[in-house]
Amino acid sequence: MKENFTTKIRELKTEINIDDKLYLNRWKPDHQSHLEIIDPKVCEAKCSGKDCTIFCPARVYEWRDGRIAVGYEGCLECGACRIGCPHQNIRWRYPRGGYGVQFRLA
Amino acid sequence: MPEKFDAIVVGAGVAGLAAAYKMSQAGLSVVVIERGDYPGAKNVMGGVLYRSMMEDLIPEFWKEAPLQRPVVEQRFWFMDIDSVVTTGYKSQDWAREPYNCFTVFRGQFDQWFARKCTEAGVVIVNETLVEECLVENDKVVGVRTNRPEGDIYANVVVLADGVNSLLAKQLGFHQEWQPQQVALAVMEELKLPSEVIEERFNLEPGMGTTIEIFGGGTLGLVGTAFIYTNKEHLSLGVGALLSQLRQAKIKPYDLLENLKKHPAVRPLIRNAEPVEYYAHLIPEGGYKAVPQLVGNGVVVVGDAAQLVNGIHREGSNLAMTSGRLAAEAIIRAHQMGEFDRRALSHYEETLRNSYVMADLKKYKDSSHLFEKNPKYFNEYLPAANMALHEMLTVDGTSKKDKQKRIMQRILGGNSLYSVGKDLYQAWKAMR
Repeated sequence: MKENFTTKIRELKTEINIDDKLYLNRWKPDHQSHLEIIDPKVCEAKCSGKDCTIFCPARVYEWRDGRIAVGYEGCLECGACRIGCPHQNIRWRYPRGGYGVQFRLA
Repeated sequence: MPEKFDAIVVGAGVAGLAAAYKMSQAGLSVVVIERGDYPGAKNVMGGVLYRSMMEDLIPEFWKEAPLQRPVVEQRFWFMDIDSVVTTGYKSQDWAREPYNCFTVFRGQFDQWFARKCTEAGVVIVNETLVEECLVENDKVVGVRTNRPEGDIYANVVVLADGVNSLLAKQLGFHQEWQPQQVALAVMEELKLPSEVIEERFNLEPGMGTTIEIFGGGTLGLVGTAFIYTNKEHLSLGVGALLSQLRQAKIKPYDLLENLKKHPAVRPLIRNAEPVEYYAHLIPEGGYKAVPQLVGNGVVVVGDAAQLVNGIHREGSNLAMTSGRLAAEAIIRAHQMGEFDRRALSHYEETLRNSYVMADLKKYKDSSHLFEKNPKYFNEYLPAANMALHEMLTVDGTSKKDKQKRIMQRILGGNSLYSVGKDLYQAWKAMR
C-alpha cells in the first residue's frame, strides 16, 4: 500500500538528539526546578501512556527506573506539559525572573 | 520608583508594550514587568508582524524598527507525503510603503519597541517574575514579584503574560486551557546567506515571502507548518493541536525533522545551519475560549485572552490592538478616577466592536470542526494532490478514466452525500 499519513506517523523515528537542538539556545539555568511532579505515584500507577515523555518538545521528561525524571534545565517554557498531562499532575511555574532560556531571534 | 503607578503591565510582548506605550503617551505612570533578561527573550512568534496595527501606535515605524523583510508574497501549500499542491499571491503593492506585514525577530523587535516605551516615559523592569496579583476587597491593587520587597501597586494591572496566563487563571477569569484549545509549535531558525534566500524564494533583494503548509507538514494532524524568510535566516516551524499530538503520540521535533526531508522543502533549506530552537503554545480556542477580559482594577490582553485568529495565522496584530484598546479604556478610567470593572468595561466594548472579536466570531467553529472531522487534513488534502497527479501525469490513460479514478479516491468509502456534507460544513465554518 502506498504510504499515507497514518503509516508515516507509525514510521516516524527519532534519529535526532534533542540535546543538539537545545545546545543552540542560550540558557541561564536556575539551581531550583520550576517543574514539579505533584504525585509520582500517579505517573507510575495511573499513567500508562507517559505522554509527557513524548510530546514535550525539549524532552524534559524521561521515564527512568520507575519514575519520571524532570530535566527542567532544558525547558523551553512552553507550558504544554501542564495542559497536556492527562492527570494534571505537573505543577508548572515560570522559572524565576532572569532564569531559563533566553531567546535571541524568534 | 514611585510606590504606586497608574498602571502595571505584566509582560513585555507586543500586547503589553502597546498598552504601556499608549498609556504613557497620555501621561500615565506605567511600569512594565518582564521575566526575561530583556523584552523579547521569552517571546516566540512564527514571525509575521502586521504594519497597520503597529502603525496605530507608532506611525512609519518601519523606518527605524529592526525588521527582517517586508512580505511581498504569501504561498499556500497543500502537502501530501512526497508531493504538494501550491498556490499563493504576490503583490508589488506589498513591496512598497506602507507595506502589509513584515517578518521580524521578536528578540530584536521587542527590545526596540520597549526602548520606544522607555523614551515615552515607561519604566521597564526586566528579570522579574510576577508571582501573583495582589487583591484587596475584590479588587486587584497591584502585583507581587519575586524580588525582595517586590510588591508594586497600581490603579490598574494589565495582564499581558502570554498564552499560559497563570495570573488570569489565578483570578478565576478562566479555567486551565484544554489540550484542544492550544497548538504546540516548534520552530528553528536556519541560517543562510541573504542572496541564497532571495534566489531560492524568487525574491528581489530585501523582500520576503511566507509559506503556510497544510496537511503533510503535520502528517494530517490539525495544524500547520510554515517557512518564513528573514534577512539571513529561514524560520521553519510546525504546530498541531496539543490534543492531537498527544493522541497520535508524536514528538513535535520529529514532525519538524520529517518536514525538513520533504522533497518540496529540502532544496529550500539545503546547507542551512540551525542556530536556535523554540517551542511555544498558540492559543487556538478562538471566540468561545476568550476569558473574562475585565475585572476590578485589571484587564487581560493578547495571547493571555486567547486573541489569536489561527485560520489566518494572525496574532501579533490582535495583541497590539487589544493592548491599545485596553490602554484607551484605562486612560478614560483615569480621567473618571474610577477603576472598577464597570469603568474598565469600555475595553471589552471597543474590543467587541473591533475586527478582533469580529474575526474570532467568524471562525468560532473552524478549529473544532477540523479536529472533530479528521478527513479534511487526512483525506481531502492528499486527494487534491492525487487529483492533480492523475490529470498531469501523461500515461496513455484517458482523461475520463482518470477522472473516474479521482472521484473514487475522493469518495473513498464515503458516499457523495457525506463528502458534500463535509464541504458544506467547512464552508459554513469559514464563511
